[in-house]
Amino acid sequence: MIKVTKLSKNYGSVNAVQSISFELKDGEIIGFLGANGAGKTTTLKMITGYLVPSAGSITVNDMDIIEDTHEIQKQIGYLPELNPLYTEMRVYDYLEFLAGIRKIKGKQFKEAFARVVEQCGLRGVVHKSISDCSKGYKQRIGLAAAMIHDPRILILDEPVTGLDPNQIVEIRKLIKSLGKEKLVFMSSHILQEIQATVDRIIIINNGKIVANGTSDELMGDFMGNVLLNMEIKGASIESIEHIQAKLPSVKYISLNESNGIQNVQFEYGKNKDPREELFKYAVKNKWSVLKMNPRTTNLEDIFRDLTMEGKKDV
Amino acid sequence: MYNIQIILRREIQSFFNSPMAYIFLVIFAIVSGYFFTNTFFLFGQSDLRVLFDMIPLVYLFFIPAVSMGLIARENNIGTMETISTMPLNTYEFVIGKFLAGLSLIMLGLFATSIHFITLVAVGTNVDYGAIFSGYLGLALMGATFTSIGIYASSVTENQVVAFIIGVFLVLVFYMLDKTLVFAPQSIVGIIQFLAVDYHLSNISRGVIDSRNIIYFLSMIGFFIYLTIQTLEVRRWK
Repeated sequence: MIKVTKLSKNYGSVNAVQSISFELKDGEIIGFLGANGAGKTTTLKMITGYLVPSAGSITVNDMDIIEDTHEIQKQIGYLPELNPLYTEMRVYDYLEFLAGIRKIKGKQFKEAFARVVEQCGLRGVVHKSISDCSKGYKQRIGLAAAMIHDPRILILDEPVTGLDPNQIVEIRKLIKSLGKEKLVFMSSHILQEIQATVDRIIIINNGKIVANGTSDELMGDFMGNVLLNMEIKGASIESIEHIQAKLPSVKYISLNESNGIQNVQFEYGKNKDPREELFKYAVKNKWSVLKMNPRTTNLEDIFRDLTMEGKKDV
Repeated sequence: MYNIQIILRREIQSFFNSPMAYIFLVIFAIVSGYFFTNTFFLFGQSDLRVLFDMIPLVYLFFIPAVSMGLIARENNIGTMETISTMPLNTYEFVIGKFLAGLSLIMLGLFATSIHFITLVAVGTNVDYGAIFSGYLGLALMGATFTSIGIYASSVTENQVVAFIIGVFLVLVFYMLDKTLVFAPQSIVGIIQFLAVDYHLSNISRGVIDSRNIIYFLSMIGFFIYLTIQTLEVRRWK
């Protein structure tokens, strides 16, 4: 378990992270979202002991990051944002080197090596020099390096950057399977990625936490009205414009007509779905319904909303 | 101790995986070979004095070149982050790096022993004591310059800048002895004590005095300590 309390970090006069608090539990996959420069990487660097906080505390399984740095680092596997690697080394030597620092050697290393090669799909490249590997492989080598000691906690800074869609799916699967028993804390810019992979989302903006919850919770909290797009044919203008008189929960917004197809937009509250009544109303008024498409708020909207608001604050 | 070994081994592997170590060793061998054979065959001198006088000058540029990348490169490519988030003490990392740089320098110095063998085989009246103390002095000087080079490498992430700072610092300690004539009488003693060359010439003359040994060891310790502090402070910034 990771507990972050009133954590701050200042780089000179710049407050990169400002008094943030959150808790991460074992067996949870948590996504850490934020625009560039929001403070994601700085926070991860503090949790991994690379940077010392300016204020506040981080405890990992009840150990303090400043007093028990090495004990905590033994339990954490970390994939930094730029995935730095000793490119002149062979994959095997690199993993052996990192395992060595973690006192994993001999038979124990052989087992750990076989495990990460299998998990990260590195079989084809183990004896290659890292510089000869493709970007996707390099990312997986970075991931293997973070997992060589089978840590209880995985901290991944932008783990899928630079991967192709197939590789992203593979890594997503891997992260999901790891998340069953480990705590995985991953940051990402790719919202769909976060939505597809994580159990919970923490959004940071300008160094402050602006949202923390499951994606359903966030959507529930932030979703306003639902915008309904309808394509219909043969409706009279009056029957469209006066819909609110018959169906009070539906609000008429706009109408465009092209090639005989009327494109109408209605709005309704998120808790009252009037589509069934709307359909019956359409039948009664002899509309031919071609399409009915409610556009709900997605994570992207929430993200934009929260981070743009933050900008207004500044 | 085990971690130091791991860092050292990786660094040496990395030296020999790139052309760097080979270039260094070959050039070192050519330069030292030239200075030895010149005096030995042309002037018929049965000693390594000219060679021993020249090696410090070669050190001035070679050691900063060998050590410039040791830490600067880690900062530059970001592997410092990987290393710093592992259960590894900064001192283990720095000492491992120092020993790696030193190993390469010592290997270069060891390669000059071929001239010693030539000397023993064909020379006359070989002064073994002077040769032994000469090598000891050069080894200590090499270690001192390596520690300075490591420090220079830790203050920047640019290897060229690290090289320039390294050359500047070793040059300062090397040249101090030569500025004595311009120094006020009251501080001559201090400057002389700080000068690397002063202590080297004492040892090279065959006088192995504990004061000189302590000087070299404390210089090495001081710069290694500075390097560790430089890296530690960065986490708090």
